[in-house]
Amino acid sequence: MENPTRRQLLATTAAIGTAALAGTPTQARVISGALPWSPNESYPPTLVRPGPWQFFTAEEAAVVEAIADRLIPADELGAGGKDAGCAVFIDRQLMGPYGSNEWLYMEPPFVPDAAANFGIQSPVAPARRYRDGLAALAAHTRQAFSGRLFHQLDAEDQDRVLTGLEKGDIKIPDGKAFFNQVQSNVVEGYFADPIYGGNKDMCGWKLVGFPGVRYDYRDVIDNPNKPYTLPPVSLMGRSTKAAAR
Amino acid sequence: MTRRLPKKDVAIIGLGWTGSIMALELAKAGLDVVAIERGPWRDTASDFSITTAPDELRYAIRKEMFLRPKQETLTMRNKLDQTALPIRQFGSFLPPNGVGGGGMHWNGQTWRFLPDDFRIRSHTIERYGAAFLPENNFIQDWPMSYAELEPFYDRFEKVLGVSGQAGNLRGQIQPGGNPLEGERSDHYPTPPMKQGYSQSLFTKAATDMGLHPFPRPSANLSEGYTNPYGVRMAPCTYCGFCEWFGCANYSKSSPQTCVLPALMRYSNFECRTDSEVTKVNLSADGKRATGVTFVDSERTEWEQPADIVLICAFSFFNVRLMLLSGIGKPYDPASGEGVVGRNYAYQVGAGAVGHFGPGFNFNPFAGAGSLGAALDNFNSDNFDHGPHGFVGGASITNAYTNGRPISYHPVPPGTPGWGAKWKRAVHETYNSTTNVGAQGSVMSYRDSYLDLDPTYKDPLGRPLLRMTFDYHPNEQKMANFMMQRSGEIVRAMGAKQVSTNALRVPYTVVPYQTTHNTGGAVIGDDPKTSALNRYGQSWDVPNVFVTGASSFPQNAGYNPTGTVGALCYWTLDAIKSQYLKSETPLVQL
Amino acid sequence: MRRVTGLAIGLLLLGGTGARADLDSYVQVEKGRYLAVVGDCQACHASAKGPLAGGRAIETPFGNINAANLTPDRDTGLGRWSAEDFWHALHDGHSVTDGHLYPAFPYNYYTKVSRADSDALFAFLRSVEPVSNPVDRNTLPWPFSMRASMVAWNAVNFTPSAFQSDPNRSAEYNRGAYLVEGLGHCGACHTPMNLIGGPKDSQHLQGNSIQNWVAPNLTNDSQAGLGSWSVDDVVQYLQTGRTLHAAAAGPMGEVIAVSTSKMTMPDLHAMATYLKERGAAGPASPAPLPKSDGQMAAGETVYIDNCSACHARNGMGVPDLFPALAGAPSVRQVDPGTTIRVIIAGAQVVSTPAAPTAPAMPSFGWHLSDAQVADVVTYLRNSWGNAAQAVSASQVADVRRVVAAPGK
Repeated sequence: MENPTRRQLLATTAAIGTAALAGTPTQARVISGALPWSPNESYPPTLVRPGPWQFFTAEEAAVVEAIADRLIPADELGAGGKDAGCAVFIDRQLMGPYGSNEWLYMEPPFVPDAAANFGIQSPVAPARRYRDGLAALAAHTRQAFSGRLFHQLDAEDQDRVLTGLEKGDIKIPDGKAFFNQVQSNVVEGYFADPIYGGNKDMCGWKLVGFPGVRYDYRDVIDNPNKPYTLPPVSLMGRSTKAAAR
Repeated sequence: MTRRLPKKDVAIIGLGWTGSIMALELAKAGLDVVAIERGPWRDTASDFSITTAPDELRYAIRKEMFLRPKQETLTMRNKLDQTALPIRQFGSFLPPNGVGGGGMHWNGQTWRFLPDDFRIRSHTIERYGAAFLPENNFIQDWPMSYAELEPFYDRFEKVLGVSGQAGNLRGQIQPGGNPLEGERSDHYPTPPMKQGYSQSLFTKAATDMGLHPFPRPSANLSEGYTNPYGVRMAPCTYCGFCEWFGCANYSKSSPQTCVLPALMRYSNFECRTDSEVTKVNLSADGKRATGVTFVDSERTEWEQPADIVLICAFSFFNVRLMLLSGIGKPYDPASGEGVVGRNYAYQVGAGAVGHFGPGFNFNPFAGAGSLGAALDNFNSDNFDHGPHGFVGGASITNAYTNGRPISYHPVPPGTPGWGAKWKRAVHETYNSTTNVGAQGSVMSYRDSYLDLDPTYKDPLGRPLLRMTFDYHPNEQKMANFMMQRSGEIVRAMGAKQVSTNALRVPYTVVPYQTTHNTGGAVIGDDPKTSALNRYGQSWDVPNVFVTGASSFPQNAGYNPTGTVGALCYWTLDAIKSQYLKSETPLVQL
Repeated sequence: MRRVTGLAIGLLLLGGTGARADLDSYVQVEKGRYLAVVGDCQACHASAKGPLAGGRAIETPFGNINAANLTPDRDTGLGRWSAEDFWHALHDGHSVTDGHLYPAFPYNYYTKVSRADSDALFAFLRSVEPVSNPVDRNTLPWPFSMRASMVAWNAVNFTPSAFQSDPNRSAEYNRGAYLVEGLGHCGACHTPMNLIGGPKDSQHLQGNSIQNWVAPNLTNDSQAGLGSWSVDDVVQYLQTGRTLHAAAAGPMGEVIAVSTSKMTMPDLHAMATYLKERGAAGPASPAPLPKSDGQMAAGETVYIDNCSACHARNGMGVPDLFPALAGAPSVRQVDPGTTIRVIIAGAQVVSTPAAPTAPAMPSFGWHLSDAQVADVVTYLRNSWGNAAQAVSASQVADVRRVVAAPGK
């Protein structure tokens, strides 16, 4: 006859009002009597796994990869934007709340030509901006480069097109906004944790010497002006192979 | 149909720093307390554990811990003749949301305002003459002196365990501290943080220039500490995921790490999360609060009767609630009358970046929110303003809060924005760059204020708060002055190339600047120019008290939280020792 | 005691011959109230209906048993019992209402409780508000439903007995022994069990595994027991839930919160003295694994990357917040189950009035593979002076299956 386990009793302390009622993260809760706690409670991000494009068409993806590879070219310092997975990162981001501006205030009236210091005043969300921008870019390169798409151009032409977009010399609607959108997302993808699909093998972090998710740098403070030698670590560990069961 | 709940003694709106301190102290005093927080419950192991917290994209770029503009935002215009537009995506400031409030994900810089800051109007007139005050200013003396507030600063610092070196201990200047600080009655509760390499260069350069650098007071603790509530904290490990992140190892002072463990033991305290207070309810004559109305996550409406209502939300939302509830007369810039919304102010940021070239290992990733060496020689009225023609000052600091690469990948001036050269510059510059920054005061003005927007509404159909604000010539001059001082220091540190960051004018909502939004429901001695009396009690509705930076008549050259905490204990003291007995206005005119 | 005296004077001043009897019963009830805390009756007998109203199902590997209603309700509680009946339940494991009791109610420990204490406990129980709560006391499946089968179990595992003071030991030691072996019923968790769920007396207090919580060795053993703790350490642990090396979570956390943190300092000191002075018995210390061992090297990597920000590179943690793993008996038990489950599922340290903080170890389950957990646990068990058996990935998988299941 085994003696009673306390484990079961932990769950029932709620009955005598010493723990929180269960609830989803956004559900109203009433909490009194103790700091709530549950086992196995953590909210990690969803691991992005390589696979078919979820937002981009194959053509769009090829163009975004090529743009990423010019914004951050492959060289002796490390992978370029394409091999780093920036396009994969962007593809998955656009499928989520970021892509649809789900968290933003999107009530009308909109004044899209407001001065820059008023911030975003256009109703165009990032997903829309990519769709429209890539279509407009495709139209432009087909027209200017004998029917070819961006990824089919040589590097010099690609750089020229990007510079044109950046400065507004290439007249596609919202061209500057599109360029800025892509550039900021490519940088995000290059330096974000690899769990989000980019920064493959922590190439971005290795470029600058950022050790990743490490949490204890007291030895750095104790050894001023010395190079840091431990390898970077990501949310999934030292290797980017999925570490969890 | 609104459902009515059983009455509580105290209803607290918002469970951040001041809400949790009020809740703990009043529950300890035996009162029945409920705190209603519109965001979610958050705690260390579940929401910012070491396995999930160090994620720059999620927390710093996508800003998961913050208020979503969709739930509530503000509209902004610079000038009275403009139409305000909604801040559709927060940039310049990031209002908090959830249990812990801003105190959960702040940097931890914990300052006391200087004695002159509390009487900046009188002092400026005495020293420079009334004409020296900027045009259209609403600068007011605070309704208490630094000396009166000093014991409450001390109390707040001890609850947090702030790490620092006293500079002026009971009139005696102490080596290693800030010789310009207001007199302290006691040491800091823990010793100052160990400084980084960059701070050592700053300290040497500034000292050689005849300035007085000192370790910045920090709520990232230097050692294990047990506060007066019996709650224990760990030492900071310089992880570099401080501001905008929860702390995974109990080393950053926050309501979670300093107050909630003691608060949650009281069975006479209840916390309701994901519930938004929509209104403070008043009696028919408008002179007494009867409680609050709130909606839960299903938008069901509830009435919570209470004898005392404490408005402890973020500064903006305190003001908005007062406007929506009819507590105090709304300010009208045309007539100059009214008090709720008046005296809105912000913070000035300006500085210089130094590029040092190869051979340096600044290791910016080893950072902490309050790690830094600071100096006050150009703050408050610590220097002669006469030749410069502006009022106010700034604290100047060299700090490393982080080296997170999505946001931090500096390049020297003239580098292209992308491509192979950009990539190489990023590679070479990351570890050889540091900066000196100034955080400066903003005065209050007739045309810097908050009111309700005529057009844009929140999801519940209520008008958004409208901000009318721009940097006035006074602040622009001061920022420029500070930018030059910062440049001099960073050059003296050994920088080969220096680029300066000027104050952006007109005020823009786009890049992050600071979330030090002050004023709108200020404390004062005169009900014509303040919404609250010196104890934070509404002049109009005596059973309503308001805490937070919304109380500041104007802002000083520091982060506000230290002063917010001191005022909270000051107000609490008045409630416990006076209001609970008398239940009357505490200031008779 | 001062409080009792004051009230005693008050009662006497109320006058009348009834005052003396009231004083005696008041003293007895208060004594019983305290003994109920020592015995931690609430741990099993509390439910939504009240702290002693019973009805909660106690899990055993043989099925569930519902705890009795201890309130003086005449129909569903102990309202018809006498002090003699209560004594028989405590001392003999026999209930006048239900017949033989199952040792889910640890009468094989409570048998040591003195008659006077039993009467005081009963006086306290009679003083609480009666709660009507009918409890089905016969829920075990056959053949365990036959209470008469306890006769056989008792024959092997139980003899009613009185506590025997040891004349060669101090009064404090004997008090501690009386508490630990009686109402404290520490052995009920901390002694390994035989096949029929009775205690292995030869290994009394040498540690036991209960569904992946390991109740550690409480002898003075230096490897796995209290050998490296002082008496004051033990007292501090029972009172606050933490010492340099330990932070009580899980079932012991609850014991501390509800029972030991409310006991008097002299009683805690007595229990600590007894545990420290009654001798040492425990596993042999293996030689520590060398740093060059594959698991040690891999485990060190995991430790540096994940654990050092709280537990520190040198394993010393932060006093009274993050336990020191260096020299921690909990990390050196033969069964590594507690260490494994705490890493996978996390754990919240108990909050006590003296130490309210309740820091929580986060859940690493999503973040570390079975192999990584095995490596880091092996590393902890063999670093900084610790030495204990290595841990395998399949051991981790077994624990994970139990503690990481939904709803656990």
